[in-house]
Amino acid sequence: MPNENEEPMIRVDDLVTHFGERRILNHVSLDIYRGETLVILGGSGTGKSTLLRHLVRLETPTSGHIYIKGQDVCHMPEEQFNQYRRKMGMLFQSAALFNSMTIEENVSLPLRELTKLEEPTIRIMTRIKLDLVGLSGFEDFMPSQLSGGMKKRAGLARALAMDPEILLFDEPSAGLDPITAAGIDMLILRLKQAFRMTIVVVTHELPSAFLIADRMTVMQGGEIVAVGTPDEIRNNTDPRVQQFMNRVPDDENRDVQAYLRNLTE
Amino acid sequence: MWTAPLALIGRNTLGLIRYASGLSELSAKTAYWTFIAPFKGRGLKGRSAVHQAVLVGYSAVPIVSVISFFIGMVLAFQGAYQLEKLGATYFVAALVGVSMTRELGPLITAVVVAGRSGSAFAAEIGTMKVSEEIDALEVMGLNSVKYLVVPKYVAMVVMMPCLTLLSDMAGIVGGAVFGAGQLDQSFSLYATATSEALVMKDISTGLVKSVVFGAVITTVGCYEGFSVRGGAEGVGKATTASVVVSIFSVIVADLLFTALFYYTS
Repeated sequence: MPNENEEPMIRVDDLVTHFGERRILNHVSLDIYRGETLVILGGSGTGKSTLLRHLVRLETPTSGHIYIKGQDVCHMPEEQFNQYRRKMGMLFQSAALFNSMTIEENVSLPLRELTKLEEPTIRIMTRIKLDLVGLSGFEDFMPSQLSGGMKKRAGLARALAMDPEILLFDEPSAGLDPITAAGIDMLILRLKQAFRMTIVVVTHELPSAFLIADRMTVMQGGEIVAVGTPDEIRNNTDPRVQQFMNRVPDDENRDVQAYLRNLTE
Repeated sequence: MWTAPLALIGRNTLGLIRYASGLSELSAKTAYWTFIAPFKGRGLKGRSAVHQAVLVGYSAVPIVSVISFFIGMVLAFQGAYQLEKLGATYFVAALVGVSMTRELGPLITAVVVAGRSGSAFAAEIGTMKVSEEIDALEVMGLNSVKYLVVPKYVAMVVMMPCLTLLSDMAGIVGGAVFGAGQLDQSFSLYATATSEALVMKDISTGLVKSVVFGAVITTVGCYEGFSVRGGAEGVGKATTASVVVSIFSVIVADLLFTALFYYTS
């Protein structure tokens, strides 16, 4: 459980982001503590993936700050931020394996490029990571030869290659069947117990979220509407949170006048 | 509204400026990672550059030779048609030699390479962009310009002059075959006539241009790849645009450099 007196591992402070004219994130503030698993819940288009991409600086905010271990990372030079990135791993929605490389080459790429380790050491470390995600024996396969679930596992092995302190997941169960998705959830739980990493998961799968989360946050329309433990979120009375928890569709009753104006204008 | 045409001009001008500034930014980054970073101990992807050199250079040898051979022959036909009237068919060799080395060798090579490799660069980088592979590189703290653009850039800047020399030679041989067959000139007479007409500067200006063309094709191809939005269709559009824009830019660069050589000689 997070210790509130501790300095947060990641602090998002009043983040605002626009894509063109459209506002994606609207004054988002969030603290993520060392060793906790935070799940960001929300429907599609609510800005949760965008928030996650900000944490690794794949997007630039219009205003606001992100602090990692107390350092403002939004405005430091790229080179300096790369030092932080070495201690962060990210599993992308599509796994994002390099399609021209074997699984072994994919997983060992960060070790080869960013460390001065000897080749035999790199090979052993790669094997360990692949074994951790249950993919030993698949070293020489190409990504196109693997199933969706196996690709995600390989992507996770690559994210783990540098022994990150912070691990980010973008929709880990997207596009997977329930059994494979449950397998990924178990893997996240095992990592959490074994390594005490700070884990941030973006998802809209409720069962998976409640299984892995220490704390969760619900986003809607680019805003954070609730933060709390899974029990607090379950019992939250905010209608927007309840709508998401109870899977109620958006109100279909539109203003007839506005609809007609929209058609004829 | 009477302002509509003005708005159209403004929008297109702004788009053009944005494109040009994007290209220059990429060129600057590429130049940094090619010429400055290696001397700061940041390394250069040597093996990858050799691999690219094989793809853009070695594999283009047959097509560049055959096309240049035919163009040399066509030039000889057209030249002879005019020169026959003056009884000056001896100068066909000079015509072919000078046009090939100064202009057509570099240009034909550039057009072939833009079609073969410029489009391949756009498609490769575009596909990686769509499948989040570029993001994955960045998140690992690996610079995508260093990893993807610089090897291509080095390969192109080295291989373009080589291919151009080959094209010059193939064109002259094409002219010689016509000379031997149609004008009853022996190969040695044709060779003498060519070497009398050619000066070193004809060849060297052609080679300088080819280096510039190589840089232009790489930058445009990679820039188009990086600016891909929205899936497979975006990759297709970028691939097409890369060929059109790089051939256009090559011709503009050709004009500038030819004018420069003309006024400075």
